[in-house]
Amino acid sequence: MTGSILPVALGFAFICVSLSILLNLFRLWRGPLSADRILAVDTLTINAIAMIVLFGIAYATSAYFEAALLLAMVGFVGTVAYCKFLLRGDIVE
Amino acid sequence: MNLIAELAISLLLVTGGLFILVGSWGLAKLPSLMTRLHGPTKATTLGVGACLIASMIYFPVFGGTYSAHELLIALFLFLTAPVSANMIAKSHIHRQGRGIDANPSDHIIDGLASPGTGSDWATFMGADEGKPVTKQGQRDAASDL
Repeated sequence: MTGSILPVALGFAFICVSLSILLNLFRLWRGPLSADRILAVDTLTINAIAMIVLFGIAYATSAYFEAALLLAMVGFVGTVAYCKFLLRGDIVE
Repeated sequence: MNLIAELAISLLLVTGGLFILVGSWGLAKLPSLMTRLHGPTKATTLGVGACLIASMIYFPVFGGTYSAHELLIALFLFLTAPVSANMIAKSHIHRQGRGIDANPSDHIIDGLASPGTGSDWATFMGADEGKPVTKQGQRDAASDL
């Protein structure tokens, strides 16, 4: 049904998102501060959402969107919880 | 019609992939946390938004179904990305203000510079309704009026 442009663009986007996930994993491994690692996990979640959306387009199914929505919500709550732990749990304010 | 939609989807996918890559490259490359915050919060969010819009065009044209899930995800991401970035920056500032995890590239090892208004920065003022606190930690009498 589709022509030949869309598979090329999809492949390019897949390559870009995969490289981004590798870069995020590098920052998660290296990150000198705890806040760096929190930021890396947050970005990793956003990249995973992008990957899920790309898979949805590649397989022409809309079954993955609930997963993407749940990942967005859980990622945000996790980031806020980690930051609250850094602010309140580790340090006596 | 299909060709136009396919061109638009391809353009959005390429743009989104490039923006995601640039954001994560900034996260890996930039020297300190405060600069690293810029990449993921702006570029990556925009890239994911472009991918979601591409998906939003793809499914009505080629799949025959329409759902507002992508719009919901995009709205949620665009709302939560600044909030999480603010939380990360706040925890980082508080830890650096107490001398924990000091990073020389941030130039704020000795704490933030004074805001110059007589009171401290709002993030250090605690939970007492945002009223100014004097240097000795006592409530300023003039601000209670």
